[in-house]
Amino acid sequence: MAESTTYKVIGTRPIRHDGVDKVTGRAIYGADVQMAGLLHGKVLRSPHAHARIRSIDVSRALAVPGVKAVVTGADLPPAEDRVIQLGEGAVNLKYLSNNVLAGEKVVYKGHPVAAVAATSPHLAEEALALIHVDYEVLPPVLDVREAMKDDAPLLHDNLKTKSLGQETDKRSNIATHTQFKAGDVEKGFQEADVVIEREFTTATVHQGYIEPHNATAMWNPDGQLTIWESTQGAFTVQRQLAPVLGIPVAQIRVIPAEIGGGFGGKINLYLEPIAAVLSKKTGHPVKVLMNRAEVFESTGPTPGSYIRVKMGATKDGRLTAAQAYMAYEAGGYPGSPIGAGMMCIFTPYDVPNVLIDGFDVVVNKPKTAPYRAPGATNAAFASETVVDELCEKLGMDPLQFRLHNAAKEGTRRPDGPTHPRIGYRETVQAALDSDHYRTPLEGPNVGRGVASGYWFNVGLQSSVSINVNADGSVTLVEGSTDIGGTRASIAMQAAEVLGLKAEEVRPIVADTASVGYNDVTGGSRTTFASGYAAIEAAHEVLRQMTERAARIWKVEAQEVTFADGVFRNAKEPEQRLTFKEVAAQLGRTGGPLTGSATVAPRGVGGAFATHIVDLQVDPETGKVTILRYTAVQDVGKAIHPSYVEGQMQGGAVQGIGWALNEEYFYNDKGVMANASFLDYRMPTSLDLPMIDTILVEVPNPGHPFGVRGVGEVPIVPPVAAIANAIHRAVGVRMYHSPMAPGLVMTEILAKG
Amino acid sequence: MPTKQHVQTRLNGEEVDFLCEPRQSLLEVLRDVLGLTGSKEGCNNGNCGACSVILDGVLVNSCCVLGVEAGGREVTTIEGIASVEGLHPIQQKFLEHAALQCGICTPGFIVAAKALLDKNPHPSEHQVRYWLAGNLCRCTGYDKIIRAVLEAAQTMEAKA
Repeated sequence: MAESTTYKVIGTRPIRHDGVDKVTGRAIYGADVQMAGLLHGKVLRSPHAHARIRSIDVSRALAVPGVKAVVTGADLPPAEDRVIQLGEGAVNLKYLSNNVLAGEKVVYKGHPVAAVAATSPHLAEEALALIHVDYEVLPPVLDVREAMKDDAPLLHDNLKTKSLGQETDKRSNIATHTQFKAGDVEKGFQEADVVIEREFTTATVHQGYIEPHNATAMWNPDGQLTIWESTQGAFTVQRQLAPVLGIPVAQIRVIPAEIGGGFGGKINLYLEPIAAVLSKKTGHPVKVLMNRAEVFESTGPTPGSYIRVKMGATKDGRLTAAQAYMAYEAGGYPGSPIGAGMMCIFTPYDVPNVLIDGFDVVVNKPKTAPYRAPGATNAAFASETVVDELCEKLGMDPLQFRLHNAAKEGTRRPDGPTHPRIGYRETVQAALDSDHYRTPLEGPNVGRGVASGYWFNVGLQSSVSINVNADGSVTLVEGSTDIGGTRASIAMQAAEVLGLKAEEVRPIVADTASVGYNDVTGGSRTTFASGYAAIEAAHEVLRQMTERAARIWKVEAQEVTFADGVFRNAKEPEQRLTFKEVAAQLGRTGGPLTGSATVAPRGVGGAFATHIVDLQVDPETGKVTILRYTAVQDVGKAIHPSYVEGQMQGGAVQGIGWALNEEYFYNDKGVMANASFLDYRMPTSLDLPMIDTILVEVPNPGHPFGVRGVGEVPIVPPVAAIANAIHRAVGVRMYHSPMAPGLVMTEILAKG
Repeated sequence: MPTKQHVQTRLNGEEVDFLCEPRQSLLEVLRDVLGLTGSKEGCNNGNCGACSVILDGVLVNSCCVLGVEAGGREVTTIEGIASVEGLHPIQQKFLEHAALQCGICTPGFIVAAKALLDKNPHPSEHQVRYWLAGNLCRCTGYDKIIRAVLEAAQTMEAKA
């Protein structure tokens, strides 16, 4: 499909359609849902990181006036140890169910064990204290390398390692071992003049969305269940919930409220089944909200990891081989983003010989959830630091080295696929040409670092319907929850096709009963895939509108053309009708007009970013201050540039937090010591400068307007860029993230 | 013995009465008793600022104030920032600058920014960053928020 490349709507910056609701406090988020007869649920969570549940006595809690029900894992259907298909992925039903409400074991501190519904949240909380759980406490294992040892405490009796695609009989905390291979890595290292091998560790970090998880459920006596909540994917909740509750998908309606951030963390099931069974037991709607400590201890985080990287290059700066050993913490149940990390670690480079081994390992921490380019930031921290060391040894500018070795169209990704048109080189060139990179950095203990990153992005499935109103405006019904302005970016694509203004398209996010199937807002897919569906639906509207114009003129539809918002009769050039004029006559030309489209687009465009950071290290304390930051990214085509910049700035700042101070502090019993915003300490406005952005537009050939996903890749380069800048500032190499002041100071002192 | 107390306060310019338990925070009262859900709960311990309100001219986290403490005082919430004439300049600049993504922190930021500009109509970038450091945003990296507040200050000065 060829589209005009001079756009009227795309590339402009209209005010987002949901904007006024959100600046006036009127937008309804999940926790804002109110209804008559509402009960409040609270969840009892394990105080132990690893324990067997011997018994649970809920009788004292049930006796409290105002307490209406108590549920435990026994209130869910038996969780069978079998793999179920969820459309875009397979999951073990036992793990899915047990993570929501524990079965025979708890495998992390904060693991849900029971829940209470009462007439007020305070009463429910008081009742939790009266539930007696008899635990057999077991030793926890909290570090990925410890968990991989043969004598480590085992989390799951049924877990056996799947190695290189083969089931094995080995009971272990290692869920899978996978491998990507290209060429002959040993031969590649022999051809190298310089070889660097380093070990890296990263701490567990959290997505840190400001809105805690929430769910409100109403289970009617006829078995119809309705859920109101903040989620990245209403249909994904529906699909996961059905097997956990043992009811058909069609009996579940999920109504997505506005969502206060997700970053991947609001895809997994947490509170929905609990609210549902509490509602079933009480006959009332039940609302369950997490507090902040529960969010930290029981949802999300992204894995801590151990990564070993070895890379070799010739003395003229050509990469010959790259090897990685990557072990990611999955948390209490299998499913870390190890595969994604492996797909990204060396992808910016055209390296002939690659060997990547990856391990998915369970530890006694909350089950990990995706976090913005899941697995890729850990990976890039390792590979991009080693690249920087190669450049240092070779005496090459790190951006020139990247330009020299950059992957391009036709380069094979280590896991197999060949790149279509990509814009990695263009990001490096734009960084080289930037005012930031060309401005000398001066002062004591200051340094400039660069790093690149890759994220593949996903397409998955989307549905959009467009209803034409009698005045020629349209309503656009979509199923992608809007976390960062995607109502606007989807509506703008439809407006462009229809020749309307962005404001003439009214986008609404519908529930699972009101729009076709739609995958999660995640994988940087929404503007790409739901936008694609909007384009297709708009073309369907035009096809039908063309028929209506033809009917008015009593000609064949193929004799009607459409351009610039006007239908024309090819045979009678003076006959013209605007989109609005045809819309006004829908009632007498055949009735209401709706154009719908469902898509599963294949032409996903991968995203590359290159970041530049200037920072200063305080040699007395090790504290790092960011002085200047520029994020360069191939964004394909920016539909609404302000929100593209926003994704780049937000991702960069999450990466800065990850690099400098965010981490879970665990004691040896596996209890998190900093489960609050105060102690976890995400970046504040005072910690940061402005974040400059350079949008490079290399259109994705797989999308009518050239859109690439933009949301995730900006979190990939920052940790490595900061590590490289710290080295230039004070001469120490950092191999652990976060590079907190104490750690930087230790390295400075060790250097002497 | 009654479990609730009767409280009279001035809320967004109107006299309001409500009943609340002594243990309920002002945030709970606003949201669950008075139905003003624009103030958000992000942490319930004063760390994130999503529940920011202005109490007798002072910016506070409403999660750290008891509902009964509002008695006889004046409270401004996000619902009281816009008027029938339209949006407040801070709200308008947030929209123009795309200074929100998910929007959950936005009410708190707008209330906090108003409290700043009420006190200091010409803040520097550093002063804005310092004042807003009590409000966490995880989506934007703050860049566009800071720009929106600085530009709102200019607009308000031009209008004044």
